[in-house]
Amino acid sequence: MTVTDDEPRAGQARQQQQPRQKLITGPGILLVWLYGVMVVGAVSRSAVQISTDFGKAPLAYTLSAIAGVVYGFITYSLVRGGETARKAALVCCAAELVGVLGVGAWTLAEPSAFPDATVWSDFGMGYLFIPVLLPVTAVFWLRRARGQSGEPA
Amino acid sequence: MLVALTVATSVAALALAAWCGFAAYRDQPTKDWHFIGMGVVTLLALVQLIVGVVQLARGEDPEQGTTIFVAYLIGSFACVPAAGFMSLGERTRWGSLTVAAGGVVLAVLEVRLYDIWGG
Repeated sequence: MTVTDDEPRAGQARQQQQPRQKLITGPGILLVWLYGVMVVGAVSRSAVQISTDFGKAPLAYTLSAIAGVVYGFITYSLVRGGETARKAALVCCAAELVGVLGVGAWTLAEPSAFPDATVWSDFGMGYLFIPVLLPVTAVFWLRRARGQSGEPA
Repeated sequence: MLVALTVATSVAALALAAWCGFAAYRDQPTKDWHFIGMGVVTLLALVQLIVGVVQLARGEDPEQGTTIFVAYLIGSFACVPAAGFMSLGERTRWGSLTVAAGGVVLAVLEVRLYDIWGG
């Protein structure tokens, strides 16, 4: 039996049968990988810093931990899939973007508040700017995923 | 830390990234040869993990702390296999691109390892 993947209507019909929309196909898998890397990076980094030397830069370490939690939630949402997870991930990506832009500007405006770097310092320069590029890419991907599940984009 | 090994691992990781990036560019999934390449890179990372642990056992101290050093050693070992498994689940160009990203991440981790050791 031949499956006409190219036809949007066929995809739509199949979509209705599926209980949960997949978010990790195609470019989504790359997003999950990069988010996974950021989870490991941010969580392990803040865990080490908070447990060994929290007094040195409490603000920076707390922000790194928050970043790690946000990344973790987005990764989980992407892997889980479905419309609710997609919306939740979209909200978190927006929060992440606000976070990285806000903290990035904050670290530049008031370096004295940050004796040590956070994941989001200087807009994520220490992480090849992935922290600032990732939410933008993810928002595009998640918005496109809606187009696929509803009417053809 | 053996500098030669760190450089070799970084170069191999970047070569893997370029190779899988090329596969993604040609709209191809990862194939057997790519997995052999991933195996070679992972082997290098494993050798480095062992060398690093041996050096720690001998009493040598990384400049920025043992915990961070070991965490990065484990991370660099797990990096490429994790990306490889994900490319098994995604048999398109995007799987290849994921492995390419894994190679770049490993190269960055190697540079960080070098810094942490204080080379």
